[in-house]
Amino acid sequence: MIEALGVTCRYGATVVVDDVTLRLPAGGITSIIGPNGAGKSSLLSVISRLLPAASGRVLVDGMDVAVTPGDVLARRLSSLRQDNHLPARLTVRDLVAFGRYPHSKGRPTAADRPHVERAISYLGLEAQADRFLDELSGGQRQRAFIAMVLCQDTDYVLLDEPLNNLDMRHAVAIMRLLRRAATELGKTIVLVLHDLNFASCHSDRIVAMREGRVVMQGPPEAIMRPEALREIFDIEASVHEIGGDRIAVFYR
Amino acid sequence: MRGWPDVPRASPRAVLLALGLVAALCIALFMTLGVQGSWAFVLPFRAGKVATMLLVACAIAVSTVLFQTATGNRILTPAIMGFDSLYVLIQTCLVFFMGSAAMAAADRRLTFAGETAAMVLFSALLHWVLFSTARRSLHMLVLAGVVLGVLFRSLAAFLQRVIDPNEFAFLQDRFFASFNNPHGGLLMVSALAMLGAALLGLRAMRSWDVLALGRETAIGLGVAHRREVTRIMAIVAVLVSVSTALVGPVTFLGLLVANLAYAVMPSFRHVHVLPAAILLAVISLVGGQMLLERVFAFDTNLRVIIDFLGGLTFIALLLRGRVR
Repeated sequence: MIEALGVTCRYGATVVVDDVTLRLPAGGITSIIGPNGAGKSSLLSVISRLLPAASGRVLVDGMDVAVTPGDVLARRLSSLRQDNHLPARLTVRDLVAFGRYPHSKGRPTAADRPHVERAISYLGLEAQADRFLDELSGGQRQRAFIAMVLCQDTDYVLLDEPLNNLDMRHAVAIMRLLRRAATELGKTIVLVLHDLNFASCHSDRIVAMREGRVVMQGPPEAIMRPEALREIFDIEASVHEIGGDRIAVFYR
Repeated sequence: MRGWPDVPRASPRAVLLALGLVAALCIALFMTLGVQGSWAFVLPFRAGKVATMLLVACAIAVSTVLFQTATGNRILTPAIMGFDSLYVLIQTCLVFFMGSAAMAAADRRLTFAGETAAMVLFSALLHWVLFSTARRSLHMLVLAGVVLGVLFRSLAAFLQRVIDPNEFAFLQDRFFASFNNPHGGLLMVSALAMLGAALLGLRAMRSWDVLALGRETAIGLGVAHRREVTRIMAIVAVLVSVSTALVGPVTFLGLLVANLAYAVMPSFRHVHVLPAAILLAVISLVGGQMLLERVFAFDTNLRVIIDFLGGLTFIALLLRGRVR
C-alpha cells in the first residue's frame, strides 16, 4: 500500500501539492488525472522520492521513502519520469539491463539475463535491442525506458505519462501490458495520464487532482460523468458508454 | 546521426589494446629518440618527465570524465568551472601574504597537502551550500562555478599586479612549471594523492555508470545520487590539485581527451571510458612533447598546442550541436 500523509510540496513560494492525503491499496492500476499544473507529476515525484516533500510523509508498505535506503526502495518501487536524460553510446539492451542494477549491483548474473530479454520482448523491441538509443525514434526510446522499469521487477511501478510520444498501437499495447502485469503478477501500477479515455478504459481507480489537491477519487464510473469532468477540468463533455467502456467526448 | 545496425563494432578491449600500444610506442620513442651523450643521464632525466606526464594525464582525464558524468554535460570541465583558477588564487595568496622566501623555504610536499585540502574543503562547501538551497542544484552549481572561476582569476590577477615584481617572477615560475622541470618530491606526493582518489573511486565505478543516466533515473535505480556526486567532486578536487601543482592550468586537454574517448570507445561504461581517456591523454602529452622537442625545437609551449587542438574540439562540439 502507498500512503501519502499530508504531503505538501512547493517550488519557492508556489504550493504545487497542497496537503494531500491519499491511500492507494496494493494491486491494480490507478490513474492520476487533472488539468496542467494540478500537481500530478509533483505528487508522483514525491512518492518516488525524486522530490523532497516540504511537509508530510509517504509510506510504501510502511517504509518512509524519505529515510529508507535508496537501494532497498529500488527493489520495491520503480519509477519513470516524463523526460529522460539520454547518455550517448547506450544500446537498448544496455539501458534495459540497468533495470537489474538494484538486484545485481551492476554485476549482472546469469539469472538477470532472462529478465532483460523478457522485458525487451514485452515491449516489442527485439529488432532494436542492439541499436543505440540516439538512433531510435521518440516512441521507441520511450518503450526502451518502460522496458527498463519493467525489468526492475518491483511490486510498485510509477509512470509519469508513459504514453507520451507513442502511436495508438503502442499506446494500447502498453496499457494492455500494464493490465497483464497488474492481474497476472499482482503489481501495483500508478500512472499520470493525460488521455482521459485511456484512463477510463484501463484503470481500476482514478484519482483526480486540481490545484494541488485531490478533488475526487473512485472507479472510472464515478469519475467519468459530465458533472465530475466539469468540476475537474472546466470542460463540457458528454460521456457515452461504448462496448462497456465510458468514453468522454469533448472535442468540439 | 543514423547508424548502420549491421556494421560490426570493435570490442572495447580491442580499442583499449590499440590505444595502449600507441601510448607505449610514444613513451618508448620519447625516451630513446635523439639521445646524445650519456644514456645514464638521459634516461632518468626523461623518465622524470614521463612520470610527470603520466600523472598529469591520469589526473586530467579522470577528473574531466567524472565531472562530466556528475553534471551530465559533455562540454563542462573542471577547468572551465574554475577549479584550477582557485588553485592559482590559493598559491598567489600564499605568496602575497607569506612572501616567496617563506614559500621557497617551506617543504613543497607540505604546502601541496595544505593547498589540496583547501581545494577539497572549498568544493565541499560550494557543493553543500548549493545542494541545501537550490533545487536545480547541479545547474546552479555549474553556473556558480563559472562565475566564481572568473572571480578567482580576477582576484589572482589583481594580487599579481600589486605584488613585488620578484615575488611575481617566483609565482610565474610556479604556474608555468612546464613538463621540463618536474619536482621529485612533489611527484611522490601526487602519486600518493592519486592512489587515495583511486581507492575512493574504484568501488563506486559501477554506480557512476548509472549516474550517467541522470539524477531521476539513478535515484529510481537506488543509487544514492547526492553521495556519489559529492564523492566525485572530492575526487575531482584532489586530481585538479595534482595536475595544477605539477604543470599549471591546462584548460582544454580534458575536454579533448574525454570527448575523443567517448567517440572511439564503443561502450559507455566507466571501466572502459576512463582507461581510454587516460591513454589518449598520455598519447597527447607524450606525443605532443616529443613533437615539441624534436620538431619545433622547444620554440613553443606544449600547452599552446594542446589548447589549440582542444579549442578546436570545443568549437566542433558546439557546431555539431552534441551539447547537452
